[in-house]
Amino acid sequence: MVLVYSDDKKLTLELLNKGSELAKELHKKVIAVTIGHEEHAVEYLEHGADLVIIVETSQPQFKAEEYTSILQNIMKEHHSEIVLIGSNKNGKELAARLAAKIDAGCVTDCTKIYFHEKKLTTERIVYSGNAIAVEQFTAPPQIITIPSKVFNPLPKNPHHRGVTIKKKIDGEHSPSKILKVQEMKSEGVNVEDAQIIVSCGRGFKKKEDIKLVSELADVLKGRTVGCSRPIAADLKWLSEDHWIGLSGHKVKPKLYVACGISGQIQHIAGMRDSGVIVAINKDPEALIFKSADYGIVGDLYEILPKLTSAIKGKLG
Amino acid sequence: MNIIVCAKQVVDVAEIKVDSSTKKPILVGVPQKISDMDKNALEEAIKSKEKHGGKITILTVGAPDAKERMKELLAMGADEGVLISPPEHADYYVIAHLLAGAIQKIGNYDIIFCGEASIDMFSGQMGPRIAGLLNIPQITYAQQVTVEQNKVVAERNLGEKAVTIESPFPVLITVTKESNQPRLPSLMAILASSSKPIHEWAVTDVTKEALVPKVQTTDLKGIPMERKNLIYQDDLDRSVGKLVDELVKVGVLR
Repeated sequence: MVLVYSDDKKLTLELLNKGSELAKELHKKVIAVTIGHEEHAVEYLEHGADLVIIVETSQPQFKAEEYTSILQNIMKEHHSEIVLIGSNKNGKELAARLAAKIDAGCVTDCTKIYFHEKKLTTERIVYSGNAIAVEQFTAPPQIITIPSKVFNPLPKNPHHRGVTIKKKIDGEHSPSKILKVQEMKSEGVNVEDAQIIVSCGRGFKKKEDIKLVSELADVLKGRTVGCSRPIAADLKWLSEDHWIGLSGHKVKPKLYVACGISGQIQHIAGMRDSGVIVAINKDPEALIFKSADYGIVGDLYEILPKLTSAIKGKLG
Repeated sequence: MNIIVCAKQVVDVAEIKVDSSTKKPILVGVPQKISDMDKNALEEAIKSKEKHGGKITILTVGAPDAKERMKELLAMGADEGVLISPPEHADYYVIAHLLAGAIQKIGNYDIIFCGEASIDMFSGQMGPRIAGLLNIPQITYAQQVTVEQNKVVAERNLGEKAVTIESPFPVLITVTKESNQPRLPSLMAILASSSKPIHEWAVTDVTKEALVPKVQTTDLKGIPMERKNLIYQDDLDRSVGKLVDELVKVGVLR
């Protein structure tokens, strides 16, 4: 069996696409697991699941220790040789703990998964975006985590036949306690879906100056402002939904304009799939220019207003 | 309070050059360092020790030259180090067993601190794997940690939300880069660190099992990055004009 789990419904639908492809090659079934969300079951069936296991539990809040033991329980009953888990932070800690518990191999953040010489093979980006590691499992069970947007969900098929079962499972009890869950400050920005992104980095001297970037984003009709790690994580001038990079969001807009961003490989890893990349930086040696189609060397405080008005002129 | 910090020696990813013909990274001759977030892990350990007293042990699986890097950690404030030389073939499964085996051999521990991931491979597996093998609670991606007399409270950063978790000892915590600013050791501390011990253990000292990797790396491919690299550096007005013309030409302005 191929087992698919994420606490994120959208990601689960994406995993189901790859999961059913792998299951077909193995002549096995694909199982989707939801813990506590019965309402997702129909969608999982319509997007490829042969079986949906709805776990009813007295542990509705995610704790890696408890959810690991719930999945272990399911794996024992439905002999699973491949487990696909959504690569958000909960998913990654869950996958690794589960791997340890059952002495399995695990590869995180895979962007390609296929059989090569009958062995399950994965590809993922390593060395901060400088290389792709091709890795092969030597034996099942095999655990893989997949980031969002690597695969699309299968088209909805209301006629896809599948079975739903409910199971009462409580995982082993963890002595830890969740004290508080707090929504992070968010400005409701979705950089991952944006077609045009203008991003800012350490080249900006103060928070107010970011308006130079949003003004350019406005005339580009992209209206989406991104940023590098320091602006979101250290200075907190923008909320983390703007953060583009290895630990932030991965984006692929048609046009990406990097302003005052030096081009650390962690940032490049988040935007390298963009269509056209423009860089503005005062340092002609800045790494960002190596990853750019077009660049202007100079003071962004002078360039951005000029560029904004030139584009306004062009677009009328 | 007995604290263990797991630290990895890695290539400095910022120094990696890419072979222009094969696009593969050139890893030979790249300077080595302790992975960034492992230093955040140690800083968190030192803060706990300053508050509650105790002992900090650094645990590293790595080549003999990792000893040099471990000395930096002793200078920062760790008390002693354990270096385990890895077998020829190793994956996360193998290394996690070595680290967990070493921790069991040390025996007495309250908190294990790790970085959220290492900067070279960035998988984030090691912390949760060790916690799983030791069967203790884990708190990953902690951006804020408060160690109290007999428990720890930490805030996990999940991007769209933050979850605050409390756990009794023993517990394993992985920390993010934002959790703190690792201190720089003083000259006095560097000199004093030379008298702190680094024990060298073999695989057989920490496990009786013959560990065979579950995952093999079969290739390291380059990433093609084909970009036009047209960089304008003359008069700003002229540069802006040329850029806008190009953007119109390639059809991204409309």
